[in-house]
Amino acid sequence: MKIKQLSIFLQNRMGSLSNPLEALSDADVNIRAMCMADTSEFGILRLVVDDPLKGKDVLEKNNYLVKITDIIGVEMNDAPGGLTTVLKIIKDNLIDLEYLYAFSHDKAEKAILLLHADNIDKLIETLGENNIPIVPASEVYNL
Amino acid sequence: MFWNEEIETMPRDELEELQLKKLQAIVKRAFDKIPYYNKKYSEAEVYPEDIETLKDIEKLPFITKDDLRESYPFGLFSVDIKEIKELHSSSGTTGKPVVSGYTKKDLDTWAETIARGLTMMGLDEGDILQNTHGYGMFTGGFGVHYGCHKIGAAIIPISTGQTRRQIEIMSDFGTTGLIFTPSYGIHLGEVALEDGIDPKDLGIKAIGFGAEMWTEEIRQKVQDIFGCKAYNIYGLTELMGPGVGIECEAQKGLHIPEDIYYPEIIDSNTGRTLSENTPGELVLTNLEREGMPVIRFRTKDLTKITYEKCECGRTHARMSRITGRSDDMIKVKGVAIFPSQIEKALLKAGDVEPHYMIIVTRPGTLDEIEVKVEASQDIFFDGIKEMMAVQDKIGKSIENETGIRVKVTLVEPKTLPRFEGKAKRVIDKRNLH
Repeated sequence: MKIKQLSIFLQNRMGSLSNPLEALSDADVNIRAMCMADTSEFGILRLVVDDPLKGKDVLEKNNYLVKITDIIGVEMNDAPGGLTTVLKIIKDNLIDLEYLYAFSHDKAEKAILLLHADNIDKLIETLGENNIPIVPASEVYNL
Repeated sequence: MFWNEEIETMPRDELEELQLKKLQAIVKRAFDKIPYYNKKYSEAEVYPEDIETLKDIEKLPFITKDDLRESYPFGLFSVDIKEIKELHSSSGTTGKPVVSGYTKKDLDTWAETIARGLTMMGLDEGDILQNTHGYGMFTGGFGVHYGCHKIGAAIIPISTGQTRRQIEIMSDFGTTGLIFTPSYGIHLGEVALEDGIDPKDLGIKAIGFGAEMWTEEIRQKVQDIFGCKAYNIYGLTELMGPGVGIECEAQKGLHIPEDIYYPEIIDSNTGRTLSENTPGELVLTNLEREGMPVIRFRTKDLTKITYEKCECGRTHARMSRITGRSDDMIKVKGVAIFPSQIEKALLKAGDVEPHYMIIVTRPGTLDEIEVKVEASQDIFFDGIKEMMAVQDKIGKSIENETGIRVKVTLVEPKTLPRFEGKAKRVIDKRNLH
């Protein structure tokens, strides 16, 4: 159920994003979703790839600092209000989200929201109780 | 103007005779009272009675900062703690810092060296001296303070910082003498100008500066800003504090009070004593110290010495300004820092063998240090907040260790240069040599 996301430490300088991505592409690792959190000096690149362990291995061989972080994906309506419905449930249950990012699904009118919270098990439980469908990891890897 | 004319202008043969007597006495005292010297000299098979001429000092082994550290805290004291009236400490390279203990007489000797220097700079009891050196364990503050009391001038113990208040006080109190590090002095001058006050109008007669590396151009700049002469002051906590060398009106080298400190210049590699006017490492011996005699201390500071009589009439040796170090110590904002301290701070913050680089710059007039640290698994978290906290923790750890605030930059693994053999951890872009 939990998706294994790669978190990569990068310096904030010109071109620093392209090298790790090239390494992944050379190893035939496909990127499903990504987001970047940055400061003026460094950033954390977050990637969902089709084969997280292989991706980690490839990046580490290229001297990158990589951590595998558990996140979850939920399906939401690709329509106005789709995101706020999910967020309201999370907020009402007092769960502190660390970050989220979203991408649209090939399924018609659906989007996938990727979420990370410190207490990820509570997040899964809460979403389940509120009938928000959680996307299996394998589905996200093989979109 | 002389503070102690008889001593300061003593013919060299008489001075050397005086030095020999004092050297014999201090070596005997150290050998008899301090187990460290007794052991070290016995092992080297050299004894107090072997000191028959000044040249015989070369038979004695050197003492280093490491030796002082191993004797932490009071292992080199030659008197009972009840005789010690003041304690100072300088940062150590690794592990324990170095302690300096002073008896009542030592404090008076220290004041004497500064009194001679302030008098050389043209200051006397009619003057008001504003001391921007920090008061505390750093010897710069109190050394100047005691010397100022001795000559009877009024001292303003303002310490470093509060720049606008410094300027206000200079102007309101009628400060006539200033003590600062060159970079802080330039900063003071610039802030005054910003506030519409020309430092030249403040009536400053003399400036004493030191505690960091500077060039002749920096001196010129300070003199232009304040419209008066700026004199170099040198010293180190291990020997006493500031006052080991101070410049006179001629500004042609720093006079070493040779009845109090015996200077030698050695080749850093071979340890051999070098002749007059040959650059090398300064080695110093306390001739007067009661509480903690330090004999043949390797300062690691590079300079040279002349014994030629100065145009001011003084006969004591003069050293040139320090042109470098024989080790990797850097002086930033007047504070001595060793890469090993940064390393220790990193280990405390991250508990891993760190790869780091220290970059020192002086973008305007003030020094800045950036420490680049390679991120590693132990200090990598999937959150900006956590990563900022890591940077902050490293910064605080370095500040605890060195007393200096630095900018910490985390960089990707394996992006800093690797070294075979001795690592070069410091890039000094200040161009001070």
